[in-house]
Amino acid sequence: MSKKEFMSGDEAFAFGVKLAKPEVIAAYPITPQTIVVERLSDYVADGDLDSQYIHVESEHSAIMAALGSSAMGARTFTATSSQGLLYMAEGLPYVSGSRFPVVMMNANRATAVPWSIYNDHNDSMMFLNSGWIQVYVEDAQEALDMAIQAFRLAEDPRVMTPVMVNLDGFVLTHTYELVEIPDQELVDRFLPPYQTEHKMSLDAPKSVCIGVGPEYHMEFRYRQHHDFDHFPDVIREIDSEYREKFGRGYGVLSEQYRCEDAEAVLMTVGSITGSVREVVDDLRAEGIRVGVMKLRYLRPFPTEDILSLPESVKAIGVLDKNLSYGYEGTVYTNVNSALSRGNRRIPTKDYICGLGGRNISKENIRQIYLELLNPAAIQEGEKVSFVNLHLDQEVDKNG
Amino acid sequence: MAENKKMTLNNLPEEELFFGHKACPGCGGSLTLRLVMKVLGPNTFVVVPANCMSAVSFYYPAMNFGCNALASAFPCTAATMSGIEAAARAKKLEDYTVVGFAGDGGTADIGLQALSGAIDRNDRIIYICYDNEAYMNTGVQESGLTPFGAKTTTSPAGKVQHGKLTHKKNLFDIITAHGIPYAATASVGYPQDLINKVAKAKACQGTSFLHIMAPCPTGWSVPIDSTVSVAKEAVECGLWYLAEYENGEYKLNKDPKEFTPVGDYIRKQGRFKHLNEDEIREIERQRDATWVRIHEKW
Amino acid sequence: MNRPSTVRYQYPKALSEIPLPIAQAGVLIDINSGFRTSRPVFDHEKCVGCMSCYAVCPEGTIYRGESGLQVDYDFCKGCGICAKECRFKAISMVPEEGENE
Repeated sequence: MSKKEFMSGDEAFAFGVKLAKPEVIAAYPITPQTIVVERLSDYVADGDLDSQYIHVESEHSAIMAALGSSAMGARTFTATSSQGLLYMAEGLPYVSGSRFPVVMMNANRATAVPWSIYNDHNDSMMFLNSGWIQVYVEDAQEALDMAIQAFRLAEDPRVMTPVMVNLDGFVLTHTYELVEIPDQELVDRFLPPYQTEHKMSLDAPKSVCIGVGPEYHMEFRYRQHHDFDHFPDVIREIDSEYREKFGRGYGVLSEQYRCEDAEAVLMTVGSITGSVREVVDDLRAEGIRVGVMKLRYLRPFPTEDILSLPESVKAIGVLDKNLSYGYEGTVYTNVNSALSRGNRRIPTKDYICGLGGRNISKENIRQIYLELLNPAAIQEGEKVSFVNLHLDQEVDKNG
Repeated sequence: MAENKKMTLNNLPEEELFFGHKACPGCGGSLTLRLVMKVLGPNTFVVVPANCMSAVSFYYPAMNFGCNALASAFPCTAATMSGIEAAARAKKLEDYTVVGFAGDGGTADIGLQALSGAIDRNDRIIYICYDNEAYMNTGVQESGLTPFGAKTTTSPAGKVQHGKLTHKKNLFDIITAHGIPYAATASVGYPQDLINKVAKAKACQGTSFLHIMAPCPTGWSVPIDSTVSVAKEAVECGLWYLAEYENGEYKLNKDPKEFTPVGDYIRKQGRFKHLNEDEIREIERQRDATWVRIHEKW
Repeated sequence: MNRPSTVRYQYPKALSEIPLPIAQAGVLIDINSGFRTSRPVFDHEKCVGCMSCYAVCPEGTIYRGESGLQVDYDFCKGCGICAKECRFKAISMVPEEGENE
C-alpha cells in the first residue's frame, strides 16, 4: 500500500530515484541539489538501494562517468544545479548524441555573475539545444512521480534520449509537502530493469561516441532531430499508464487550466504555476475569463498544445524566469515560434520574473492578467517587461 | 586465478585490437596502444579522450578498435573509465579490464583532476599516459609535459623566448603522492619492460597508472623510423627513466652507471635545434638534479 | 595475421537507415598504404624470427607466414622502424615505384 510522508522536493525526488533502482549514480554536491545526493548516499550506505555510487570530484566527471556507465547499459542517475550544470556542458551533448538514457535532476538556480544560490531558470535554459529532453515539475509529488517516469521515458527504445528533470531551487527543492509514496512492487512493474543492445558488451564489442565527418554528419543530426517527433506519443502513453497504476497523471507536454473560454492565458514553467492557478480562480470568481498553461516539457516543445488554445484567447503572456540578455526570455521566443508555425496571430508579451529568487506575488500575477485583458495595448506596447523590479523608475525610451 | 605464462615479444597474441587506423607513419602513440592491447586482450573496455588516437580510429564508418572502445571528452578519461567500471561492477561482469589512453596534455594538464579523483576512489582501472611531450593532435602546442627548451607552435624558438620556459612536470611523483597501488614509467624503446608493466597493471586490484614515453616523429622533427631508437636514447642519456612504484616502494628498472651525452640526444631533434650550449647545460643540470633526488628518495 | 578484413560499407540512403552513433567494433573500409614511399622487404636468410620487428611495428602489419615473417602491405605505412630496429639487418626498405612516386 502506498503511504504519505512530509517531504521536500529534493527528498521526494531522491525517493523517486530510489524506487527507480538506478544501477549507477554519479553526482557531485551543489546547493540546492545537495539533499538529493545526501539521501541517495544514505540509501546506498544503509543497503536500502543496491547501486554503485561514484563519488566524483566534479560535475564534469559526474556527467562523463554517467556517460561511461550508461554506455554499459546500466540505469544511471546524476543530479546537479546551476554552475554545476554549466560545468557539465561538455558532457550533455556527448550523452544525448550517443543516445544514452541518463536521467538528471537539476535544481534550477541562478547563474553567476552576480552569483546567487536562489532560483531562476537561466541554468537549464542554456541547454535547450543540448539534445536532452527537458521537463519542469511543479511540486514535490510531481517531482517524485517524474523521477520514475523519466527513467521509463529515457530508456524507451523509441526515445533513447537523456532526460533532465528540473525543480525550482529552494522554492521546490526545500519546501515540504505531503507526498504520496508509491508501492515499490507497482514501480517495479511500471519500470522493469533497463535492457538494451545499445551498449558496449563483451559479446558484441562496440565503438562508442564515434566521429562523423562532413559527408554524413548532418544525416546523424537529421535522425536525432526527427526521433523527437515520436516523443510526445511516448510521453502520453507513459503518463496514462502511470495514471492507471498510481492514480496520478500530469497531462502530456503541457497542462491547461481553465483555458476553455479564456480571453487571456499566461504560460508558466515550474513551481510558479500553483500561485498562478490561485489567481486564475480568484479572477474567474470575479467573472474574468483567464487561464493558465503550464509548459511541462520544453524539449520536445508543446507546439501543438499551444496551437490548440481556443479562439477566445486574445492575448498570451509568458512568465520567463530567464533572460537572453538584450533580447527576451527563451520561453517567449519558443512560444512565439509555435504561434507562428500555426499562423496564429495572437498578441504576446514576455514577463521576465523571479531572476535570482525575486519574489513574484499573487498581486503581480493579477496585474499581469489585467494588462493582458487589453489585447490592443499588448499588441502596441513593449514586448518585454520586468516584474517586480525594485526601482522607482524604469527604462526611459525617450531618454 | 590461473598463473599466466609470461608474455614476451616472441609470444605476443596475434590478434590485432588496434588496426588500420590513420595515425602518421612511425607514431609512438599507436605503437603504445597496440602493445598494451596485446597484453590486455579483447575483454577490454577502452576509453580514449579527444586526442590523436581517437581522431584516427573512430571516424565513421571505419572503427579501428577490435574491442569495446569509447571516445570521450578531453578532461575526463579517468571519470569515463570510473563510470564503465562502476557499471561493470553493478552488472557483476567478470574477467574484464578497463583502460584509458590519454596523452601528456590529456593527463598532466586538462585530465589531472579526473585522474586524481579516480585514484582517490581506487577504482579498478588502468590509466595510460602516452607521452609525446606536446599537444600533437592540434599541431604541436606546449603541454605541462613538454620539456624545457623544446620548440612547439606555442613555445616557439623566438628572439626573446627560446622554446618551453619551464621544466617538464614531475607527473610520476604527482601520481605516487596519491598512494596509488601501482604506477610505473615505461618507454616504447623498451617493449619487454613495457609489456611486463602492463601485465602487472592488469593484475592490480585497484587503480594503476603507466606513464609511457612515446615519441612523435612529426612533433619532434625526427625521421619516422627513429621513434623507438630516440625513445631508447632518452633513457640512455637520463632524460627519461624506467621505474615502478608498488606497495609504497619505488624501484628503478634501469639505473645507468653513466649517461650518454644529452647533446647527442638533443641535436638529433628539430624541436631542440635552436638551443645553445648554455641551454643544453641547463638541461643536463636538471637531469642530474632529478637523478640525485631519485637516488636519495628511492 | 589476425586482423579485421575490409568491408564494403552501405551508407544510409533514407532516414530509417541512419544508424545511432554507436558502431560495431573493428570495421575497416579502406587500406592504408597510399602514402608509403618505401616498403620493408625481409631477407629470410638473415631473419632469425626473434619478432623484435613485430613488437615495434605501430601498425601490426608484420605476421608469421608459411615462409617466415611477412608484411601486410595493404596496411604497412612504410615507417621503417622494423628495418632500423632489426639487429640482424634482415629487413631493407625498398623505394615504392609507380603511383607512389
